[in-house]
Parts: sequence; C-alpha cells; structure tokens
Amino acid sequence: MEARQKNAAAQVLGLAIGVVLLAASAAASIRFGFQTISWSDMMGAFTHYREDSMEQVIVRTARLPRALIAISVGASLALAGALMQAVTRNPLASPSVLGINQGASFAIVLAITVFGWSNGQMLVWVSFGGAFIAAAAAYVLGSLGRDGLSPLRVILGGSAIVALYSSATQGLLVRNENGLQDVMFWLAGSIAARDLQLLAMVIPYMIIGWAAAMILSPQLNILALGEELARGLGQRVGLIRLVAGFIVVLLAGGSVAVAGPIGLIGIIVPHIARYLAGQDHRWLLPYCAVYGAVLLLLADVLARFIIMPEEVPVGIMTSVIGAPFFIYIARRELRNR
Amino acid sequence: MKLGTQGRGRVIVPQGIHLPTMRAIAALLAAWLLLAIGSLVFGEQTIAFPRAWRSLLGRGASDEIFIVQSLRAPRLLMAFLVGSSLALSGAILQAVIKNPLAAPDVIGISGGASVGAVAFITYLSSHVSIHWMPVASMIGAVAAAGLVYWLAWKDGAQPLRLVLVGIGIGSLLSALTSFMLVFSPSYSASSSYIWLTGTIYGSTWVEVTVLLPWVLLFGVLLYGFKGAMNVQLLGDELAIGLGSRVQRNRMVLILISVGLAGAAVSMGGVIGFVGLIAPHIARKLVGPVAHRLLPVAALTGGVVVAFADLVARTIFLPLDIPVGVFTSGIGAPFFIYLLYRTRKQ
Repeated sequence: MEARQKNAAAQVLGLAIGVVLLAASAAASIRFGFQTISWSDMMGAFTHYREDSMEQVIVRTARLPRALIAISVGASLALAGALMQAVTRNPLASPSVLGINQGASFAIVLAITVFGWSNGQMLVWVSFGGAFIAAAAAYVLGSLGRDGLSPLRVILGGSAIVALYSSATQGLLVRNENGLQDVMFWLAGSIAARDLQLLAMVIPYMIIGWAAAMILSPQLNILALGEELARGLGQRVGLIRLVAGFIVVLLAGGSVAVAGPIGLIGIIVPHIARYLAGQDHRWLLPYCAVYGAVLLLLADVLARFIIMPEEVPVGIMTSVIGAPFFIYIARRELRNR
Repeated sequence: MKLGTQGRGRVIVPQGIHLPTMRAIAALLAAWLLLAIGSLVFGEQTIAFPRAWRSLLGRGASDEIFIVQSLRAPRLLMAFLVGSSLALSGAILQAVIKNPLAAPDVIGISGGASVGAVAFITYLSSHVSIHWMPVASMIGAVAAAGLVYWLAWKDGAQPLRLVLVGIGIGSLLSALTSFMLVFSPSYSASSSYIWLTGTIYGSTWVEVTVLLPWVLLFGVLLYGFKGAMNVQLLGDELAIGLGSRVQRNRMVLILISVGLAGAAVSMGGVIGFVGLIAPHIARKLVGPVAHRLLPVAALTGGVVVAFADLVARTIFLPLDIPVGVFTSGIGAPFFIYLLYRTRKQ
C-alpha cells in the first residue's frame, strides 16, 4: 500500500462531494420507487404535512424511514469494515466475511424461534451479544495470524465460521416453517418496511460507535505502521484492538438488528474510500461513513426497480456488487505477496 | 508417498494385500453395521432390535413395519450414499488440486449445485419428475466449478486463489439462492429451505433410487481413473514425462468430482464439511494411494454422515436437527485447524 498524502483542502473537497452525493441519493431514495413522488410532495411532507395526500404519507411513513435506515446502516457497516481492516491489517476483513453479521443474526433467530422473544429492545441486545461472541471468535482466528496464519488464511477461517453460523441458523428455521418467508426477507438483508422505532433503539449505540471510531483514528494510523513499531512508539496495541473490537460489535450488531445481515458493504467501501482519501484514518473514516451511506442508498433504490413491482432484498444487491469486488481484491492480494 | 516408476513408464503401486487398508475397511464396515442397527432401533419410538429386524423383513406390527421400512431404512441408505459421494468428491479434489483444504463446499461446487436444485424446486418440480433433480443440480455445480476455475486461472490454478475465488463466488451463489427463495411461493420456499439446510429428513425409497444410479455411474468411472489419480499426485512435470495426459485426466477427474457432489447435494442439501473431513480421516488411515484411499474414503464418508444423522435426530428428541448443522459444527473447527497446520505451505 503506497502512502498517499493529500492536503486538507482536497480532503474537505472530496468529503463535500460525498455529502452532496449523499443528499442526492437520499432524495432519489425518497422520490423513486413503485410510486414516484414529486418534488413538491416530497418537500411538502416536511413543511406542511397533509395526511390526506397519499404521496406525503408514503414519504413520511415508508420512504423517509427507509432512507434514514439506509444511511445509518450503510455508514455503520462501512466504518466497521474499515476498523476491522485497520486492526487486522487484512484488506479482506469485514463484518460479513469474518462472520460477525452472521453471528448477530444467528443470535436473533435463536432468540425468536427458541425463546419466543419479540421485544425489539431485547433483540437489539441479543444482536449485540451474538456479534460479540462472533467477534471473539474472529479475534481468536486473527491471533492465530500473528504466529504465521497469513491474512488470506484468516479469511478462509472466517468463511468456515460463516458456514457454521448459517447452517445453525437454517437448522433453527427449519423447525419453524410459519413465518419463514418474513424471516427469509430479513435474513437476506433488507431495509424495506422497517419501523423507525427500531432505528431509534440502535441509533444511540451507532452514534457512540461513530464517535469512538473517530477518536480512535489517530491510533489506527500508528497501528498501521506495524505492530512492532506501534509498540515501540508506546502504543498499547492490545487495548486499541479491544476497543476497536467493541466498536465493531456496536456498529455491526446494531446494523443487523435493524436490517439483517447486509453483506460486503464493509469490504467494498473502505477500499473506495482509501482510493479517494489515502491512508490517513482521520480522513478515511468519515469518507467511509459518507460513501457507505451513499452505496447502500443507491443499492436500495436499484433494488426497487429490478423486478418491479416486487423488491429485491438489498442484501442480495450488495452481495452481487460485492462478490466480484471481493474476488478482485483477493486476486490482487495474491499477486502482491 | 511410496510411488515408484519403472523403466517403461508405468506407475508402480505396491501390489498385494495391504494390511492397514484391510483393517480399515473391516473396522469401517463394522462401524457401519453398528450404526445401521442403531439407526433402525432408535428414534422417536425405540423398537428393540429383534422386532426391528423382523419389521425390516416385513413381519411384525404394521406401524413398526412402516417406521422401519419406509422411514428409517431409506434414510440410513441415503446417509450412506450422500456421505460416500461427498467424501469421494473431496478426495478427488484434494488430490487433483494438491491442497488439503479443497472440498466441494469450500470451492463453490456445492453452492452451484444448490442454485440448480433450488431453481428446480421453485420452477420445475410441479411438472418435471424428481429424477431430473440431480441433473439440474449437476448443471449448477459444473457451471459454478467452471466459473471458479476460470476466474482462478492464471498460469495454472493456484490452490489458495481457487479457494478464495470459491468463497467470493459462493457468496454470489447464496445471494442467488436467497433471491429465488424470497420470491418463490411459500410452499416451495419452505421445501427448498428444508432441503438447503443439509438434511436427509424424510428420505424415501424414491430419493434413494434417484441418487443410486448416479453414485454407481461416477463410482465406476472413478474406478477406471484411479491410476490417473495416482499420477496426479506425482506433480505435472514427472507425470507428463511419463507420457500421461495430465490436463485431460485432471479435467475428467474434476468432472467426476463435480458430478458426485452435484448428485449428493441434489438429494441431501449442503451437508457441510463432509467432503473435507472424510478424505482426511481416510488418508490418515491408509495413505494417499488412490486404490486404497478411495474405498476407505467412501466408507468413512458414509459412516460419518450416518453417525451424524443418528445423533442429530436422537439427541434432542423429539426435535430432528438437520444433519448439516451437526457436520458443520465438527467440520468448521477442523477446517480452521487444518488452515493453521498447513500455514507454512
């Protein structure tokens, strides 16, 4: 990885472009769909809301929550991916590749099918718990890495954990054929028809995660120099890893609780952001948050048009976009070795 | 590896009775017999062995005859067939790709087979006989294997690249599968879903007769190519020097492997990691020489799945846990252990 330094003006400009894109894709997400909403209805829904206008009701109850969820989930997953890549120094690390998302969704399915829990607040904590256990497993896998398991092999190990979680999740669901269709939609990763209350429950944790990630960013720059050097500079490497791990649990666990396991955002976005912003995490992380939100918003808009009037779960879209990307990075890594 | 060559370029493998192989086969057969007895006797309703035996022969209480003849016996055979096919498929891949991590579910073959099978269940099962299901699944498996191989190809297919590309394609394929599941009518979605989990729950004699011809066909084919499989172990240069058509044979062997995995997946779903573990156990027992390894691997695979299924359906009675959950539970840690052990390669 070459070190790319950019001056602050260029960084701010890139970020500003990202914010403009974000606003544009949020507007697209609110306007376009089975029912196209006019600009005046869209603005009207915010300025002088009328309950007898169907368009305005759609904006308030369906489109706006959906856009907000896409923004927060996209930003969180992209940040989680960037943190994992920084801490493990592994370009393929991300919540869906190392099984964190699948751990959280397994925990939720377990709580629903076996214990019959349906309280949203409780499920959020269940999701955090599942993400935590999965993160611990990924951590153990990563520490095997420090005495000789190459980054690519860590990814292979992650794929085994993913396989284990998904077969266990399927095993739980087989018992429970009623409502399978609903769960399937959620399990494929979807932000359609989600309640804004669900987002309200997790958003505080996500905001804590975003802030903590930003606070951690100078330390990530030091860690990027290599573990030895970071230690030599007096950094408590173990502590940084632990904190980063907790942030990932908050961000990925919260995202799964709202939207199900949406895959491969955490792997695509950090690479795009690194291309735009360079290696400095103080800039890289905000880029990730903004462009992650943009990517999920656009993927979600696209998901509405592919087989109109039905909608594709957005997780399927991100997998389809992300898989070639994964292969591309894997091949590049192998070449660079 | 004790392979030698003789002047005229024929590969010589040790002839005669190989005691460890005989012992392994005898032990595995004995284990299978015990499992067979256990599978017929235990379940939601325990049927003591003498009565189970009589029921198997068609004499006894009619409900017991039904349980033994129509539920437990076909399921037992199914476990054995599926396990053997997956094990053989994995054994071939590990030899041909020369990588202990290779297995049909690791490099995307099972994922492709799943897409084929779910497409069959969703779009065709109401008007096409189930006998075509293995074909659908094999088409998917061949397509996926071809895609993975093509994408991983660059001056040869390097093992690690093959596995990584396999993971990438695997996530694409599972997206495709869930796409079909989400948009199919709920009755076919739930039958697809049960099937996907890797379960031989509800196997009947029909499924056994659907799978059996394919296993026999590919088994016989594989028997014909066991010499070629030994040559693959030697490495390309030596093998070409011996006048072996390495690339052609490799292609045929991979096709056999894909066919076996496709057929097994079409009837048993993705029973994870069997194709990875069974060949390893077999190689520990009798070494890598194909004409010893293959029968032992097939028996091991059959025993592993039969055992896993017996445990999975009896341990949490009355729940019938899909066997794939159980094999993944053992297989995933084993896979990580293998990754760790082979890290210096």
